[in-house]
Amino acid sequence: MAVSTTWVFAEASEGKVATITLELLTKARALGGTVEAFYGGGDADTIAEQLGKFGATKVYAADAGDALQGAPVAAAMAAQIEGGNKPDLIMFGQTYDGRDVAGRLSAKLDRPALTNGVDVSADDKVTVQNAIFGGNTLVQTAFDGDGPFLALFRPKSFAAEEGGGGAAEVVAVDVPDTGLSGQTKVLDRHVEETTGPKLDEAEVVVSGGRGLGSAEKYEMIEQLAKLLKGAPGASRAIVDAGWVPYAYQVGQTGKVVKPNVYIAAGISGATQHLVGMKGAKNIIAINKDKDAPIFSIADLGIVGDVHKVIPKLLEALQAKG
Amino acid sequence: MQTLMNVVVCAKQIPDPAAPGELDPNTKTLKREGKLILDDSDAYGVEMGLQLADKAGGGEVTLVSMAPNSEVSGLRTALAMGAAKAILVSDPALQGTDSLATAKVLAAAIKRAEPDLVLTATESTDGYTGLLPAQLAEILGWPSITFAKHIEVSDGTAKVQRQTEEGYDEVEAPLPAIVSVTAGVVEPRYPSFKGIMAAKNKPVDEVKVADLGLSEDEVGWKGARQEIVDVSPAEERQAGEIVEDEGDAHERVVQFLEQLKVI
Ligand SMILES: Cc1cc2nc3c(=O)[nH]c(=O)nc-3n(C[C@H](O)[C@H](O)[C@H](O)COP(=O)(O)OP(=O)(O)OC[C@H]3O[C@@H](n4cnc5c(N)ncnc54)[C@H](O)[C@@H]3O)c2cc1C
Ligand SMILES: Nc1ncnc2c1ncn2[C@@H]1O[C@H](COP(=O)(O)O)[C@@H](O)[C@H]1O
Repeated sequence: MAVSTTWVFAEASEGKVATITLELLTKARALGGTVEAFYGGGDADTIAEQLGKFGATKVYAADAGDALQGAPVAAAMAAQIEGGNKPDLIMFGQTYDGRDVAGRLSAKLDRPALTNGVDVSADDKVTVQNAIFGGNTLVQTAFDGDGPFLALFRPKSFAAEEGGGGAAEVVAVDVPDTGLSGQTKVLDRHVEETTGPKLDEAEVVVSGGRGLGSAEKYEMIEQLAKLLKGAPGASRAIVDAGWVPYAYQVGQTGKVVKPNVYIAAGISGATQHLVGMKGAKNIIAINKDKDAPIFSIADLGIVGDVHKVIPKLLEALQAKG
Repeated sequence: MQTLMNVVVCAKQIPDPAAPGELDPNTKTLKREGKLILDDSDAYGVEMGLQLADKAGGGEVTLVSMAPNSEVSGLRTALAMGAAKAILVSDPALQGTDSLATAKVLAAAIKRAEPDLVLTATESTDGYTGLLPAQLAEILGWPSITFAKHIEVSDGTAKVQRQTEEGYDEVEAPLPAIVSVTAGVVEPRYPSFKGIMAAKNKPVDEVKVADLGLSEDEVGWKGARQEIVDVSPAEERQAGEIVEDEGDAHERVVQFLEQLKVI
């Protein structure tokens, strides 16, 4: 069974469509059939063009207002489906809002949702692939019965490529009354200032872990990242310890990064960290323990002390100018 | 006026994550036999729940857990931290239960506790679907705020700092509500000796699927409506060159970066 219509849950911030959405649209196009987007934010007109470029012919716009998107968008999707406008597959990012909407829709429609997908195929059955045990084992799971099937995909699972379509047609859809469920209210948004490239878009990522020894030493990581025009990242150990904000975290519960170069300094290489970075083209690891698991996936492994290697590396790079 | 704050904390009991995971060759699902422990991720919820009840000046934390073989080890850990009691759903019919059916089971158990607030982790360590909080909220018909890094409760409203891509949002919702808590936002207390002793006598109410008014068809393998069709090893990334630092390893790094034209 090939899919004839796929919906992609679209996310955007300040008029810019999220990369994960573009990735999903690209994959949806490759499955064949019609690709449509479902959007819960405000001002769908501004993003219709970007969505169209990546393959969406229509964007259903269900404005959640100042409520969190989960309840209202799930209710709007369910209303369309119950009204007969039924896709075969609905793709979500494994993101904050993606999870909220998919979870609620799954309960509303009483259908399972497959999570943490890294690939999908639609031959006889719609099958989602996910990776377990830190990515060393691949599991294929097929949906039983009829669609719509709900699946969530990890960021960076697909490359985003334009398909050359015109702006998607904006179709405003009603948000049904969600009762208590919908009574969330976003009062204020705080944007943490960042400079340099975004962690998940940078060509070079330099991450530090507990091996740095103390919060102050993280400065070395920031300097190195800056010299390489990259973004600084972190293991969860030092995020939990409060050395750096959560936004820096790479791994299963943090960002997935696929840079050209990933430098791991003082990071052991726990499976939950590896799933976030093993897609990097080149991996350099610096760790004083020669048996650290990170070395099993590093292209260049330096067995050494970060406090010795990194200052010299910084010096050498500065000298090169 | 005394305000009581009754919090349910979902507490998953999982195999020790330090031990390598294994799939059952027949069912192709994660093996969950042997002793289970409290999922670390839920320790944050327990701590948060205890602090909120404390701040409200009264109330208690009730744990809700679904686990095989009447497992209570993880619950005892959370009871030793200070939770008052637990509801455990354990039933052979639950084998193979997916996230949606787990949500149905937990929702039914939560209703028994009549809480003001339900806390979960953002995702479990062994299953990490991360869908459960939203599914639970939809089934209960309650608002939900996921990825909380800070929670305040007053006048029947939860005010939450919710993690976002760019920073965080300030979000509020009326109670009862479901809030999922991100790891690392509070420091889970270590159970005291007294706490550990007291935990042994705290009530754990064990129930079966039928006690919750659910049918066995809704849960377990039958409820899942998906089939694992293949399990295969992923292509392994190979280890590359290893250099022992003798004081000049940074030069090799520079060279490597030059080769890649990064510098
Ligand atoms: C559900 C769940 C989700 C998780 N999600 C994530 C995630 O998203 N991202 C993540 O990173 N982790 C995650 N973790 C945590 C993960 O399991 C590890 O605990 C964490 O990655 C370890 O961080 P680390 O490598 O910095 O610290 P450690 O494991 O403590 O490693 C420190 C390393 O530094 C080395 N070292 C020490 N001193 C030096 C020195 N002077 N010079 C050089 N090397 C030195 C040591 O040899 C060691 O290898 C998760 C865990 C769970 C249970
Ligand atoms: N069997 C369970 N018993 C108790 N709580 C659970 C159970 N499964 C999931 N949860 C809760 O839901 C969260 C998300 O789980 P998951 O959807 O598996 O990632 C967990 O971190 C727990 O707080």
